[in-house]
Amino acid sequence: MSNSININVTVNGEAVSRNVAPRETLADFLRGSLELTGTHMGCEMGVCGACLVLLDGRVVHSCLMFAAQASGSEVETIEGLTERAAIADIQEAFHQRNALQCGFCTPGMLMTAHALLSQPGVPTRDEIRDALSGNYCRCTGYESIVDAIETVARNRAAPAGSKNVVAEVGA
Amino acid sequence: MSDALTSLDRPNSYIGRSVPRPNAKRLLAGRGRYITDIVLPRMLHVAFVRSPHAHARIVGIDAEDARKMPGVRLIATGADLAKVCKPWVGTLDHFKGMKSTPQLPLPLDKVVYAGQAVVAVVADTRALAEDAAEAVLVEYEELPAVIDIDAARTPGTPVISPELGDNICFHGKIDTGDIDTIFAGAAHVVEEEFHFGRHTAVTMEPRAIVADFDPNEMRLTAHHATQTPYQFQDIYARHFGIPEANVRVVAPDIGGSFGMKLHVYHEDMATVGLSMLLGRPVKYVADRIESFVTDIHARDHRVRARMALDSEGTIIAMDVDDVTAVGPFSAYPRTSVVEGNQVFRLIGTPYRFQNYRADLQVVFQNKVQMSQYRAVGHPIAFAVTERLVDMAAARTGLDPVEIRSRNLIPDDAYPCAAPTGYKFESLSHHACLARLRELMDYDRLRAEQAELRRRNIYRGIGIASFVEISNPGPAFYGVGGARISSQDGAVITITPSGDVRCAISVTELGQGTETIVGQIVGEHLGVDRERIKVITGDTENTPHGGAVWACRGAGIGGETALRAARKLKENVISLAGSILQEQPDRLDVRAGWIVDAASGRQRIELAEIARIAYFRSDTLPPGTQAQLTVAQHFAPQGFPFAFTNGIQASHVEVDVETGFVKILKHWVVEDCGRVINPLLVDEQMRGGVVQGLGAAFFEECVYDDNGQLTNGSLADYLVPMAGEMPDIEIAHVETPTLDTELGAKGCGEAGTAASPAAALNAVNDAIAPFAASIAQLPMTPSRILKALGRI
Ligand code: FES
Ligand code: FES
Repeated sequence: MSNSININVTVNGEAVSRNVAPRETLADFLRGSLELTGTHMGCEMGVCGACLVLLDGRVVHSCLMFAAQASGSEVETIEGLTERAAIADIQEAFHQRNALQCGFCTPGMLMTAHALLSQPGVPTRDEIRDALSGNYCRCTGYESIVDAIETVARNRAAPAGSKNVVAEVGA
Repeated sequence: MSDALTSLDRPNSYIGRSVPRPNAKRLLAGRGRYITDIVLPRMLHVAFVRSPHAHARIVGIDAEDARKMPGVRLIATGADLAKVCKPWVGTLDHFKGMKSTPQLPLPLDKVVYAGQAVVAVVADTRALAEDAAEAVLVEYEELPAVIDIDAARTPGTPVISPELGDNICFHGKIDTGDIDTIFAGAAHVVEEEFHFGRHTAVTMEPRAIVADFDPNEMRLTAHHATQTPYQFQDIYARHFGIPEANVRVVAPDIGGSFGMKLHVYHEDMATVGLSMLLGRPVKYVADRIESFVTDIHARDHRVRARMALDSEGTIIAMDVDDVTAVGPFSAYPRTSVVEGNQVFRLIGTPYRFQNYRADLQVVFQNKVQMSQYRAVGHPIAFAVTERLVDMAAARTGLDPVEIRSRNLIPDDAYPCAAPTGYKFESLSHHACLARLRELMDYDRLRAEQAELRRRNIYRGIGIASFVEISNPGPAFYGVGGARISSQDGAVITITPSGDVRCAISVTELGQGTETIVGQIVGEHLGVDRERIKVITGDTENTPHGGAVWACRGAGIGGETALRAARKLKENVISLAGSILQEQPDRLDVRAGWIVDAASGRQRIELAEIARIAYFRSDTLPPGTQAQLTVAQHFAPQGFPFAFTNGIQASHVEVDVETGFVKILKHWVVEDCGRVINPLLVDEQMRGGVVQGLGAAFFEECVYDDNGQLTNGSLADYLVPMAGEMPDIEIAHVETPTLDTELGAKGCGEAGTAASPAAALNAVNDAIAPFAASIAQLPMTPSRILKALGRI
């Protein structure tokens, strides 16, 4: 346990060199050593999706990887995506549609939404629900999340100038 | 947006408007601050050694080796923590005869459920604490575990706590008289035995606490993931002997609670005690397995119920027997009896009949404690009632809509009372039923159902009426001796620059408390919402109050905010009157300006009033003392609870070969009085419905005969995921309560209250052609196949 491994990893565009314990997960490393607490942990076994991050552009469960395994890779977290405004339209749609309550699942949801919306085409509601199959949310009941993602997909596909506002809600 | 002008178009008319939550942006950017994120200087971490047995005597604890392990700072047993913490007992006086045993942070000599914390290990990191915990040796002498609810009550069964005499926590009865005679003379009687499994909250963020005790000032700060910080301030002060004013409980962003995080947990009390023993901050975060094993579980009922009807299909009586098992002791401070009490008092309450008999037995067993979780008792009460109503419809040949319309309490019959004692101010069951019928296009769905059955496609439609308890007064806990407030408090201030701060005791869990408080204050003070900062979740900065539980945030907290804003506005206007030499009743405040009430002409900006008040009081007329801060408390009076009501419908398709159910659609028509923010209300409803559908189809804490939880992980315990959940359509009927000026009632639990009932009726409707029926939740594929006689 006391022996540690040196890793070099690019996190949110910044080169980071650190010593980590062999058993330290990527999630613990991001949250603990780098204070990137936007990545959450809900199960530590790869089923809830709260810990999703981008590793070399792919969405991975940071709870299932050791930090040491990420050496040499590029990691991007919710903080990084936010700062470079890569998901600003998704965040705005989530906000307008109230697609979050406690917000604990939200960074993971945004990762999944980002991955899905990076594909060409406008997914159907069923396809959006399928894409979210690894993201647990206890608060929302999912529909608002599906709505928000659907709105962004339509907006991204629509020619400039014809954007939809998020579906009108309530009275 | 292009509608004609309405009352919503006045400046600052926010009540009734769908506005998004200002505080959600931070969460979307990954800048939430949950307890799990908190790191304090010199903070230590605790891990617990847990019992592998459901029931055992602790023979010895050997922590010699563990103490020498790296990073270990303290290993504490029950006896160590008993020195700093007074025991607690989870009983309430108004539950006559209820009993439970005194509890300590860690047990002294006995464990009573599998997974119970026995020894605390504090170390520099959680990983080191867990390493050392593995090296602690605890010797047990196993005792027979009491698991089954019937066995628990059989004479000669081992008694879990011999000092209590038996395994009965509480026995309640309601009897309006002559029930046997009424049933004997009834034209129709339907009956069923229902089984409701245990399930649990599975909040996305597990339970978490950072306790920071400073011996120099005898001061405790607990950063605690809870919805009720004031309740815990009181508990920590009393049980740890710290002056209440020196105890601060901070509840920042909370990753879900749903009632689960308002109970006292042994680990949390231990963590506070450990911080006192060490004089350093100590953090405890439950991992997911610990959550399954030690968070409160919910439900766990067996209900035998029957309903009597006359030849016209009018319900004339119900007779109910509920046995519920609550674990080895009653939860503190709200007890484990409230759930059963609400089950046997809510059954039948949407309907007119007045003859009722019910027996409630609350039983101890060797499983983790059971206590309040979202919609306490309601899902059980309405699953039982509504299933019997559907069975009665089938028996009498009436359509499910028709039998309800014959039996629901008429909308003009209020005020009235249920035979179980609950009083209703004004409900709208018939209006909701009519609205639902059109919303879901009921007749078309019935025609489609008949058509599809010919092609061997089995769809079902289930309807469930309900009421929901909200805005509870002191009758809920206070009268039973619990130090749980039914009032709330707000302190509201105009800052020197004319902004507004409102510190209020209702708390934010993502449901939107801060948003609606901002809407109410903005509207009643006459200030733009953007200039109002709402502060919640810190006992040091907000007045004492009940916070949020039993759907009280909007109704009671909202009314507190309304009255505070009005009082402050009066002060502002009177001060403006002095400054402007104008009659106060000719002035109003709109959009941050003092205006002529009649013409709306702007006279002086609020910020200018504030500047004068704070910095140039010398220019005020002699004797004028500006009061730009006011405090307001509000406790509900009038009805003991403000009941809400509504109706839900579920549309499902059952695959009769596999037992799988596809949930096609769900509808809710709900009356929560005045709706402050439709966007937020609807999302409360949807989230609530889905939690109920989880209980209806997936969620169950499965124990083996030895009291071991066999599915304590998120891979084994099924929760509702996006792919299985339907779109949910919502409509409202608004009957404001007249007990408050705001008129709002609660809405957070209505979804959960009746979605299981609607789902149960829908599945039974789908499998009715096979003369099959099911009366057990969750309705797993194998149970459905069993009901169909296929396995
Ligand atoms: S914490 Fe990684 S999937 Fe749940
Ligand atoms: S918003 Fe709370 S878990 Fe999704």
